[in-house]
Amino acid sequence: MGGSIETLVNREYQYGFVTDIDAETIPRGLDENTIRLISAKKNEPKWLLDWRLKAYARWTTMREPHWSNVKYAPIDYQNVIYFSAPKPKKALGSLDEVDPKLREMYNKLGISLDEQKRLNNVAVDVVMDSVSVGTSFKAELNKLGIIFCSFGDAVREHPELVQKYLGSVVPHSDNFFAALNSAVFSDGSFVYVPKGVRCPMELSTYFRINAEGTGQFERTLIIADEGAYVSYLEGCTAPRRDTNQLHAAVVELVALKDATIKYSTVQNWYAGDENGEGGIYNFVTKRGKCAGENAKISWTQVETGSAITWKYPSVILQGDNSVGEFYSVAVVNNHQQADTGTKMTHIGRNTRSTIVSKGISAGQGNNSYRGQVKMMPKAANARNYTQCDSMLIGNRCGAHTFPYIEVQNPTATLEHEASTSKIGEDQIFYLTQRGISRENAVSMIVAGFCKDVFKELPMEFALEAQQLLGITLEGSVG
Amino acid sequence: MLEIKDLQAKAGDRDILRGITLTVEPGEVHAIMGPNGSGKSTLAQVLAGNPAYEVTGGSATFDGKDLLALPPEERAQAGVFLAFQYPVEIPGVSNAYFLRTAFNALRQARGEDEVDPLEFLDYMEQKLELVDMDAEMLSRSVNMGFSGGEKKRNEILQMAVLEPRLALLDETDSGLDIDALRIVANGVNALKRPDNATIVVTHYQRLLNYIVPDYVHVLAHGRIVKSGDKSLALELEAKGYDWLVEPHEALA
Repeated sequence: MGGSIETLVNREYQYGFVTDIDAETIPRGLDENTIRLISAKKNEPKWLLDWRLKAYARWTTMREPHWSNVKYAPIDYQNVIYFSAPKPKKALGSLDEVDPKLREMYNKLGISLDEQKRLNNVAVDVVMDSVSVGTSFKAELNKLGIIFCSFGDAVREHPELVQKYLGSVVPHSDNFFAALNSAVFSDGSFVYVPKGVRCPMELSTYFRINAEGTGQFERTLIIADEGAYVSYLEGCTAPRRDTNQLHAAVVELVALKDATIKYSTVQNWYAGDENGEGGIYNFVTKRGKCAGENAKISWTQVETGSAITWKYPSVILQGDNSVGEFYSVAVVNNHQQADTGTKMTHIGRNTRSTIVSKGISAGQGNNSYRGQVKMMPKAANARNYTQCDSMLIGNRCGAHTFPYIEVQNPTATLEHEASTSKIGEDQIFYLTQRGISRENAVSMIVAGFCKDVFKELPMEFALEAQQLLGITLEGSVG
Repeated sequence: MLEIKDLQAKAGDRDILRGITLTVEPGEVHAIMGPNGSGKSTLAQVLAGNPAYEVTGGSATFDGKDLLALPPEERAQAGVFLAFQYPVEIPGVSNAYFLRTAFNALRQARGEDEVDPLEFLDYMEQKLELVDMDAEMLSRSVNMGFSGGEKKRNEILQMAVLEPRLALLDETDSGLDIDALRIVANGVNALKRPDNATIVVTHYQRLLNYIVPDYVHVLAHGRIVKSGDKSLALELEAKGYDWLVEPHEALA
């Protein structure tokens, strides 16, 4: 298959630097006291501490799930640091107060906050390790009544909203990793878009795991009130470490009547080295609820990083005529393992869902699509369309598809299409014969394969996805 | 401009070219004819650098350069173009993007500036006319869902856009009806210039009614067994290939 594919997929992790910032951490291990400590450090109200403790009690009765198609050594949950905050931890009034070292790190990541503020019209909330560092564009958003802040700030300033919606989509007892997150989550982002407001800019959060041996447990809650619209971007990087780092996030989306939430992720966490040493274990619960009629939730993800990805962004289609979408590109190389897909639960009438999944496997990577489409008894005339394509590069990698379909209403319609292909030497020759380099030829073929997903990404992210896949997107998209 | 000496090549374990010697000068049109399996398509593929074939002997120089030492993209950048017998489909990549990327790759290799999408669209307009193609074809994925005739016209469109110095047409007439054949041939003729050359690989004389060759070469068992002018093609049409092909040679 020649050198270029190898170079393309074997590029070293570019974000493998560690920032030397004094961090306030708590001792390793987890018990009730750890949770009380986290809650106390964050000056949380009692209702939230109680919620955490309830989740913890539940977690201790649960077992780590092993139904997914991934293999890893047992995780020692007592050997994880559950809280790490960069010091000094004073309230930041503006971005200029952010530690210069932090700023420098963001620059290395290519997300200079002030640049983004001015040029990109993107509001950024950066979560480093566990505490949200700075939020830009706050004032502009405030004028429209849009709340975009760290989860911690939301607990302090908008407790009624948090209390109303926290756990309303992903209950504290939902699954092992969600329960763990509910017990120990440190920070994350909160968004509320009021009735009838269209958020004028893309909201963006950058997660980064820095401190060694820190599990990151962020929690994101996004609420779009009736008729509101918001597009949210999440980008992730982590420095390289020899040991595996645990990441168990929860994202909850609530779209009320006529509201739309578009949630895009580009995840390039450290995937481990070519021997499979190190890398992030990414066990994430993401779910949205179309609570009212005509609501729409659209997930788009480009997953290129992490040693293990266990992730199923899902939509509960409760309101009549509501719409759920899932567009995914997952790339695995070396010893990476991904088990990812979605769950579309159709409850309301005339609900529609679309699933487009593109899996690319290279090296000895193992890529699984796992999707569930459920048509509940009242989901009259509900429709689902699923398209699931796998591309193999080389002959030591694997691609698997696990579709689950459950239909309890006879008027529902489901379509499922699946394909598996290899990059053809004839395709590469055709393109190189026209003067295009072998590397660009491979990029072009891969970009073409992912086109249906990339065109769903906001422009800023489409560019990042392009860099991550080492491909030229221009023109082949849209 | 192209000098092929004793060129030998195989695919897998099979020897296909067993010593081809041929010289092509600027402005010339050469037709390579021969029965199925004679190696005529292989000659075009080997000159373009298809990695499925292994060169086992001989040489090919293009403008003094060792053509066989170059990867396919550098041959293309030097001006060698292959119109494929079976154009390949590239899902999700628009024809326009593909054409512009190739066009700019060649410009870059010549040290020229890339053209932007708008400039390129202007440039495309006259090229589309040449092969009677609708602009709508540009937004479709490369060769996806194209009919046989559309695929061949798309090949000639690419040739018109890239303006090669040496065009290799590999059985471009196969699967074309008479109207499509005329469009393709007109396209090729319109692109003819005193400083470029064309090698037409074909099984039938039919195409040579439209693209008139200066020389006709007959291949059998990987060798040129007869060369002549355009009248040779007519003779082949009348008499077939049998009189030129000695079956026992294949076993040698």
